[in-house]
Amino acid sequence: MSLYLILIPILGALALLLFRPNQANAWALGISLAVQAWTLFLLSGFNPDGGLQFGFDTPWMASAGLRFHLEADGITLLLLLLTNLLTPLIIFSSFNRHLKPEARYYGLVLLMQGALNGVFLAWDGLLFYIFYELALIPIYFICAIWGGADRIRVTLKFFIYTFIGSLFMLVALLYVYLKTPAPHSFQWADLVAVQLSNAEAWWVALGFFLAFAVKMPVFPFHTWQPDTYTTSPTGGTMLLSAIMLKMGIYGVIRWMIPLAPESMHTWMPVFVGLSVTGVVYASIIAVKQSDLKRLIAYSSIAHVGLIAAGVLVWNKMGVQGGILQMLNHGINVLGLFFAVDILERRLGSRSLFDMGGIAKSAPVFAALFMIILLGSLAVPLTNGFPGEFLLLFGVWQYNPWVGAVAGLTIIFGAVYLLRAFGLSMFGAPNSQTERFQDVHTGEYVVLGIVAALVLLLGFFPQLILGLTDSSVDRILGAVQF
Amino acid sequence: MLPIVQSVPIDYFVYLCTALFAIGVFGVLIRRNAIVVLMCVELMLNAVNLLLAAFSTYLSDAQGQIMVFFIMVVAAAEAAVGLGILVMIYRNTKSTDISLLDNLKW
Amino acid sequence: MQTLIPLIPFLPLIGFAVNGLFGGRMPKSVSGWIGSGSVLLSFLLSVMAFMEVSATHAPIRSEVYPFMSVGSLHIGFGFLVDALSAWMMLIVTGIGFLIHVYSMGYMHDDDGFSRFFAYLNLFIFSMLLLVMGDNFLMLFFGWEGVGLCSYLLIGFWYTNRDYNLAANKAFIMNRIGDLGLLLGMFLIFHTFGSLQYETVFKHLAENPVETGVITSICLLLFIGAIGKSAQIPLYTWLPDAMAGPTPVSALIHAATMVTAGIYLVARCNGLFSLSHEALQVVAVVGMATSVLAALIGLRQNDIKKVLAYSTVSQLGLMFVALGMGAYASAMFHVTTHAFFKALLFLGAGSVIHAMGGEQDIRNMGGLRKHLPVTFWVFLAGTLAISGVPVLSGFFSKDEILAHTFDHGGPIWWALASFSSLLTAVYMGRLLFLTFYGSFRGTHEQAHHLHESPATMTIPLIILAILSIAGGLLNLPHFMHLEPSQWLAHWLAGSDANGQAVVPMTEVHILPSTEWMLMGVASVVAIVALAYTYMVYTKPQNVPAPDEQLSGWGKILAGKFYVDELYDTLFVRPTEAFSKTLHYYVDVWAIDGVVEGVGKGFQTLGATFRRLQNGNIEYYLIGMVAGGIGLLLTYFL
Repeated sequence: MSLYLILIPILGALALLLFRPNQANAWALGISLAVQAWTLFLLSGFNPDGGLQFGFDTPWMASAGLRFHLEADGITLLLLLLTNLLTPLIIFSSFNRHLKPEARYYGLVLLMQGALNGVFLAWDGLLFYIFYELALIPIYFICAIWGGADRIRVTLKFFIYTFIGSLFMLVALLYVYLKTPAPHSFQWADLVAVQLSNAEAWWVALGFFLAFAVKMPVFPFHTWQPDTYTTSPTGGTMLLSAIMLKMGIYGVIRWMIPLAPESMHTWMPVFVGLSVTGVVYASIIAVKQSDLKRLIAYSSIAHVGLIAAGVLVWNKMGVQGGILQMLNHGINVLGLFFAVDILERRLGSRSLFDMGGIAKSAPVFAALFMIILLGSLAVPLTNGFPGEFLLLFGVWQYNPWVGAVAGLTIIFGAVYLLRAFGLSMFGAPNSQTERFQDVHTGEYVVLGIVAALVLLLGFFPQLILGLTDSSVDRILGAVQF
Repeated sequence: MLPIVQSVPIDYFVYLCTALFAIGVFGVLIRRNAIVVLMCVELMLNAVNLLLAAFSTYLSDAQGQIMVFFIMVVAAAEAAVGLGILVMIYRNTKSTDISLLDNLKW
Repeated sequence: MQTLIPLIPFLPLIGFAVNGLFGGRMPKSVSGWIGSGSVLLSFLLSVMAFMEVSATHAPIRSEVYPFMSVGSLHIGFGFLVDALSAWMMLIVTGIGFLIHVYSMGYMHDDDGFSRFFAYLNLFIFSMLLLVMGDNFLMLFFGWEGVGLCSYLLIGFWYTNRDYNLAANKAFIMNRIGDLGLLLGMFLIFHTFGSLQYETVFKHLAENPVETGVITSICLLLFIGAIGKSAQIPLYTWLPDAMAGPTPVSALIHAATMVTAGIYLVARCNGLFSLSHEALQVVAVVGMATSVLAALIGLRQNDIKKVLAYSTVSQLGLMFVALGMGAYASAMFHVTTHAFFKALLFLGAGSVIHAMGGEQDIRNMGGLRKHLPVTFWVFLAGTLAISGVPVLSGFFSKDEILAHTFDHGGPIWWALASFSSLLTAVYMGRLLFLTFYGSFRGTHEQAHHLHESPATMTIPLIILAILSIAGGLLNLPHFMHLEPSQWLAHWLAGSDANGQAVVPMTEVHILPSTEWMLMGVASVVAIVALAYTYMVYTKPQNVPAPDEQLSGWGKILAGKFYVDELYDTLFVRPTEAFSKTLHYYVDVWAIDGVVEGVGKGFQTLGATFRRLQNGNIEYYLIGMVAGGIGLLLTYFL
């Protein structure tokens, strides 16, 4: 059942790359929508209390203990929802963006979708690693081919940085693999069952953390991120920020902590400390950014830092909040980057100082932008709030003072996002923004869907929380320290 | 025939072959003329051949001589290819000096 | 009734949605009536709810759907209508409706008419969530929601950059308070295992909780109240918030939103009563704010700024009442203040409307003849706020003064009286400079002076009646007039646990002393007003431009330079720090290390690639040397 989520997009991608049909964008949209429909179908048949479902298990390299093993629990399903809900939006938002040759671009996006689905479904350590790295390949080409100025240098840095991080994970993974009883196995359950000594677990956790910290990114491993987000084409930025970085957070929940819980007493203060530092640090930097895309990139570091902190404290509030916020952050950041894309295309600039007064010439755009921004600001009854509330609560339960420091994000978030909104949308129009066209139908559809999701999930967070509730309980119950 | 060969102590063969081999090595290392280098390579191969033949006789084991023939075939093939390359080099550089061939770097 | 309760907040939300989505395509009158009508319906439903609570003496509970449930945290989107919320609902929807009607006249010529009504309706929705929620999280929804609406409405005329900055300032300062409230909620859940009011207060009544914890909770909640209700040190956003249209100032920044802090403390009176320290802090902050803001108000020349500082000062007085443990008195003052401050703002709006947008009282004068209705209602408002006998403000303020005398002692009473005296002075100054003397504006303005339309004057008249008669709601006990202390009795109605929602606080002083205190307060108010009449009706006493002021007057006109102080202490350092972090730490140091690792490997490669010089002889020598080396190590 779940295998199709990987097969359809990857086969679709290969078909697009090989045959290069004329209407590549429509094909890609159709394929991704089919995957979305399949995800929703799986979701409708999912029993939140039913443990692992939709499994697929077949020997792959049997002599090495490697199986092609897919499973889904609530957490997985939520991330599949995130991926397959947003990919069609990303594809659709790339329409008419003249990303020649189109078949190649859309093929790579579909490949990405397949790899991401694989990452979230993999129940075998090496399979997880393979998909984790496979996802890096299409995004590298998307950024390196269709990116802005200086794209080669920036993308190479991004690639090498994340790749080296992943290698540490591979080493850690192999180490745990070799500790499994012979014949060795990469199965999740077998890897989790391994009892490591504290010193071993210390190294294993470090290896995983380096991989995930670079991907998320957590302070101080974040410096590839603003440049890459700024340089990539908007579709690439959306893929990176909305979906791909969740691989890191998911990895922490599914692999890092369950495999090396023995070391968490030692590591947790460090990891949480770094995450929370990143929240405040990135927020402060975002205050004075003038490039809107870069500003949102920094705000994304802050938001993801909070998610990381919430997940790392490993209590119910934090993990549930983190999972919920993964979806919401994806939705919001997609909307924000799309809004920036619209601004950049109309004005030829991303500088806040070239904007102003757009609310007058494009009221619909300003209103939709506002709703998405409010979601990002975590105003109650938008989607950002329940997650942020739970995350802060989780961190607060871990340590009230750390929680209070992380809470500064709600103040700084208001400072930089409202500054950005004020400078771009409000004020007197200049000669450029006076003629700013309001959203076209296609843009309206994307922003409208995002805004609708912002409100829907703001009013009804239990839709998502109920999906993951018992899965989180199970993983928290299984992994204690 | 056997006694004649066997009347020469095996040590002498070893010394001779070592000397031949060393000459070959030094030739490869210090000569710049590609033809001479190739000849020195042949010299090394033949030093080994001689040693193989000698031991084969002393130990009355034919395997060594099979190896000799095998090496001779390879050496012939190698010389053919090597000389072919050499001709191409000569046509391009008008020289057989291998120290000029330093493009394969970095 | 239970099923109708959710309609009360959701009707304005529907109004918001309709006006927000289709407002641009509807005639102004339609969107105006959709906005006002939805609030009117809410008001009528609130009255019904009020009647039911009053008939059954029990709170009405209604849960719409389970909002979120994580671990032991269960939050329902639920409403609780008890005595306190029912009263607040009446104020919010009642005054809200009047202001909606007024806005139809005031905003008539504005391009953003339907947008304005959409925002106002959204505000009413949020405010109703705030007062009707049955748990702290619902309160927080409303709490942030009203902050958002305040942001949207302060920056309503968005092409003006300064207004936008004022809106940002309001939102950010509110968010500082919100963080406190959020942390307070965490601590409440941690201590009591629930965020539901009823569960928390029940737990509180049954199990002793460490005083230190209670004090921490109260102080954190109070930080929230400080932000929302504009107290020291977070009060500076409120005067700037006057950038919004005047009905907004009346509704949000005078009558309802800013009293949310008072509501919060009154709602949590069970917690605050257990912590003497917390109450002490509340009282001190309230008193300091009250006096400071009143002093600043003495020297402001913008008609709305005077009223804004007056609001801050009155809110401070309400916190003093809370700090004295007189929760019902604070709520009484909330009520009367909502009447007369809404009236004063709307009256000021009428003046501004007539003056064509002019707000400086130095350019007004003599408007009594041109705006008779506005003048009379403004006069009523001024007398009420100054505490002239038998008007609403007289009774509510007197009650607070009696409590300060009783619980705080003569010094507290003297300070509170001083603040009231200042109130009378700046209000008298405002009234007489605006409506008396001769007109000082331009010729063009004089030509345009006109009384406002009926949509504006009728709400004014209703509010004036309320301001005059509002004292009847809670006549002091010692006067032996019926209905004595009606509001306090009402608010003391029992909650689900059988406790009083807002307990009554008795004043333990002799009736003769009370009469005397009342007499002193009346005399002070009347004398102060008479003094300002003598001073400010004379043309030579019209305030000079700020530049010509010196000494004390200059400091007051400069608002004690608190904005400048915050700018130097917080804003500029943060901005500078932001740049430093970006350029020196992020790009130079951290990214420098990352790039440095890459560059290090490049250097290594550049060094070692020289070994690979392409000369076959070197390779061969290396190979042979290696072989010999291997042999040697093997054999030796």
